[in-house]
Amino acid sequence: MKPFRYQRAADVASAVGLVAENPRAAFLGAGTNLVDLMKMEVATPDVLVDVRHVVSDRIEELPDGGLRVGAGVTNSEVAADRRIRRRYPMLSQAILAGASYQLRNLATTGGNLLQRTRCMYFRDSQTPCNKREPGSGCSARGGAERDLAILGTSEACAATHPSDMAVAMAALGAVVQTQAPGGNRAIPVLHLHRLPGDEPERDTVLERGELITAVDLPPLPLAAHSRYRKVRDRASYAFALVSVAAALDVSEGVVQDVRLALGGVAHKPWRAVVAEQALRGVPATEYAFRAAAEAELDAAVPLPGNAFKAPVAVNTIVGMLLALTQEAR
Amino acid sequence: MTLTNDRVGAVGVPLDRIDGPRKVRGAATYAYEWPLRDPAYLYPLQSSVAVGRITGVDATAALAEPGVLAVLTHLNAPRLAWSGDPEVAVLQSDEVAFRGQFVGAVIADTLETARYAAGLVRMEYDERPPDVRLDTDRDDLHRPRHAAIFGSMEGDLQDGSPADSAVGDLDAELESAAVTLDVTYRTPIHHHNPMEPHTAVAVWNGDDATLYCSSQGVHLTRQLLAGAFGIEAERLQLVSPHVGGAFGSKVYPASYATLALMGAQLAPGRPVKFALTRQQMFAVVGYRPASVQRVRLGADREGRLTAIGHDVVQQTARVKEYAEQTVGATRAMYAAPNRRTTTRVAALDLPVPTIMRGPGESTGMFAIESAMDELASAVGIDPIELRVRNEPRTHPESGLPFSTRELVACLREGARRFGWDGRDPAVRTRREAGWLTGTGVAASIYPSPRLPGSSATIRLDAGGGYTVEIGAADIGTGTWTALTQIAAEALEVTVDDVTLRIGQTSLPGASSAGFSSGINCWGTTIYEAAGRLRARLESEFGGTVPAEGIEASADMPDNPYVSQYAMYSFGAQFAEVRVREDTGEVRVPRLLGVFDVGRVINPKTACSQLIGGMTQGLSMALHEESVVDPRFGHVVNNDFAAYHVASNADVGSVEAHWLEERDPYINPMGSKGLGEVCIVGTAAAIANAVHHATGIRVRDLPITLDKLLS
Repeated sequence: MKPFRYQRAADVASAVGLVAENPRAAFLGAGTNLVDLMKMEVATPDVLVDVRHVVSDRIEELPDGGLRVGAGVTNSEVAADRRIRRRYPMLSQAILAGASYQLRNLATTGGNLLQRTRCMYFRDSQTPCNKREPGSGCSARGGAERDLAILGTSEACAATHPSDMAVAMAALGAVVQTQAPGGNRAIPVLHLHRLPGDEPERDTVLERGELITAVDLPPLPLAAHSRYRKVRDRASYAFALVSVAAALDVSEGVVQDVRLALGGVAHKPWRAVVAEQALRGVPATEYAFRAAAEAELDAAVPLPGNAFKAPVAVNTIVGMLLALTQEAR
Repeated sequence: MTLTNDRVGAVGVPLDRIDGPRKVRGAATYAYEWPLRDPAYLYPLQSSVAVGRITGVDATAALAEPGVLAVLTHLNAPRLAWSGDPEVAVLQSDEVAFRGQFVGAVIADTLETARYAAGLVRMEYDERPPDVRLDTDRDDLHRPRHAAIFGSMEGDLQDGSPADSAVGDLDAELESAAVTLDVTYRTPIHHHNPMEPHTAVAVWNGDDATLYCSSQGVHLTRQLLAGAFGIEAERLQLVSPHVGGAFGSKVYPASYATLALMGAQLAPGRPVKFALTRQQMFAVVGYRPASVQRVRLGADREGRLTAIGHDVVQQTARVKEYAEQTVGATRAMYAAPNRRTTTRVAALDLPVPTIMRGPGESTGMFAIESAMDELASAVGIDPIELRVRNEPRTHPESGLPFSTRELVACLREGARRFGWDGRDPAVRTRREAGWLTGTGVAASIYPSPRLPGSSATIRLDAGGGYTVEIGAADIGTGTWTALTQIAAEALEVTVDDVTLRIGQTSLPGASSAGFSSGINCWGTTIYEAAGRLRARLESEFGGTVPAEGIEASADMPDNPYVSQYAMYSFGAQFAEVRVREDTGEVRVPRLLGVFDVGRVINPKTACSQLIGGMTQGLSMALHEESVVDPRFGHVVNNDFAAYHVASNADVGSVEAHWLEERDPYINPMGSKGLGEVCIVGTAAAIANAVHHATGIRVRDLPITLDKLLS
């Protein structure tokens, strides 16, 4: 672990300025991921700019009926919020499916979105990794492939994004509010994270110094009937092999609207747009659910070590949509 | 010779742990926590290549860092007086034998400085590609030559037993048997992860040293390290009263203890503290080696075994041979006139494996007890009945009678408690809300050996207080409490009259905690010393304690029955599983074990140990696997997020019961070992239940969901 300077920002603008002007500076939220990476010398910032106290730690109503979650709100607080549990149960469930009580009590909303991959080669500074050291090669392919992505991978990188919360947010169509040196902007969570392409070192579209200040959850009535399910190698405290966030609106046996996103399968939360399109307006049957799920996973390019993920994803989507259909009756 | 007595005393009482209040208050001092003045800190350097030679060291930047006291490498490390054990002999050459091997250390005023400076040391290597593939078709497999207990025990395997054994004509019988089975099972590497990481704090004072070290046996460790540093054993004191879990990984705490002692030599008069990180543990504290096991069974149409073959190929390290008794349980389990076991090892460019709870028996019995379940299906009889039909009258290889063998009673009692009767043997027929359900059974066995080297001293003061001293270890198992109870019984006093002292080399020598032998060896020794003290009190002092008190000492006495009886603990384990039909996820809502462990000293701590072993067995069945990358030769999943052990949510109801009995031949307490028999068989019981639930026979551990997708 390298020595570093710790700085408390006075406000959002100065935090943004401090990180924007120093390429060796990094924002510090709770540090539950960043400090681990610093101990392993995978992340080696010279300056940590603590933003925890300058971003909102509150969940507020928006005029359109949505909610604004401050970037500093802890994961535990989001999961426990009555409004979120009622309006967006999948989000609460997703957060509770992740990490441990101790981590959730500390980790922030902004930090959760920006956590780095758990690919073990990324976390081992002694093996080549294009994400950690661009151009050095990918050790994960041909190595331990169980946790790698099956969708949207590139030759350079097959890492997955580890967040559960982000998967639910992608399904809900949540929007990230940021402040950058050039001004504020709104980025849908779906477009916050990138596919690896030939720049796997870039996890997100954020510019240097751009700080997430809040996440807006849009009004979405069908999300009141939503679920999150995480398939993993043990019953708790494991990252997803495959996870599914699903919301379904069925009326008179026909799918009116649906939201589906997958975790554990891509470099970003994977919104299942192919499946969503296939399902809107069709009868809510197991056959239709399976056909839609299979159409989505058609694009999968599994590796020898993770070929099981595609059928698990298909089966999990089908199972969840069936359960949501049952609930709606 | 009368071994047992019927005195009623403290033994058999579910006493709370004597060390419990101290542990709850944080007042029980673990090795890293001793309050020492002005400590320095050591952070290790580990090889970034698997095989090769160090060709260059540049410590300039590290040494320039304020607060750095020294950088230790093979270039400046003290030459050891004895380097017969490659794990003790750290930094003695430029050779690298596995990735993560200690190649140096930084000693500094603070841990942070040491850790940072360690990253500044540049090492260059002449690297060769590692060879880490375990396969049965390798042409360099060899019969192991493990020198058990550093050459003090004869034999090929680490428990002193031979690598191979044969009775009758296995091949001929397999040709002609009515029913045969020929299947291969695989088990992966399992890594040691006790809650307390491995630690050593060393202080030199001239030629004398004190080592606070998390250890399963302070005397064995001292013997090794004093030899390595070329000093009289008495000049090295080890202190280890509390150990936060060990499971075999702290029997030979050689490499990190050597490094701490070397580091402390470079900081004379200052204590040097060294605690491994979780990630570092995956390279240097040892692990259960992977195995490939071919099992062949021959039986008649009623399921009576006529042939048992068990051929094991296991990995070891090229730098040091470790070979365990994976075939050991097979030799003692079932009757069959024709039998053969073989053990071959592949020497790989990996870290050195070591003892891990049920070393050999737990992996071997996964194979044998899975195969018995497969045979039960093939013959069409109940798996409990199959085992009962094959119960031997005497040890199937040695012919010795068993001191006690209540396996059948365990199976019957377990079946009754579990609700086994009326079980439908059909597979993949029970469904509940998307879950397939099933049940399985397996047997457990573990020997109850004695290890040499224990002595005890008991002092009686004029006030009637007894102080019992023996350099034994409590690795979290309850030794503090159990030995106090044994001493109270042997002295015919209450536990309140007894003060026990264990866990340091200033006390009389004791064997290490291992092989489920601690209570047997230490308890027997305490019994002997107690007898001598009482005899002395009567014969020399007419029963009245003199003002200055009296004391008596004893070595562990011989037991002639050891050569006349085969001594083993047994058990039967039952599992209920649920498997999600759409994803293959496995849950184990219920485990139940009934054990034959002789007389139980403390039902409370015994129950904890049994439940703990079964839970560890569940973890072995479903979760644990160290994934080695053959290109780099390292364990990829080297932290707790990626190396899965069973979490609380994975463990449902775990019940442990035992038969109320006493072994008349083993020791004065009548107690057999219980710390390891409880992990043996659990994985097979779960695998058998998974087969019952799904119809899928998983022969390679762990049983992960991808193996159950249909």
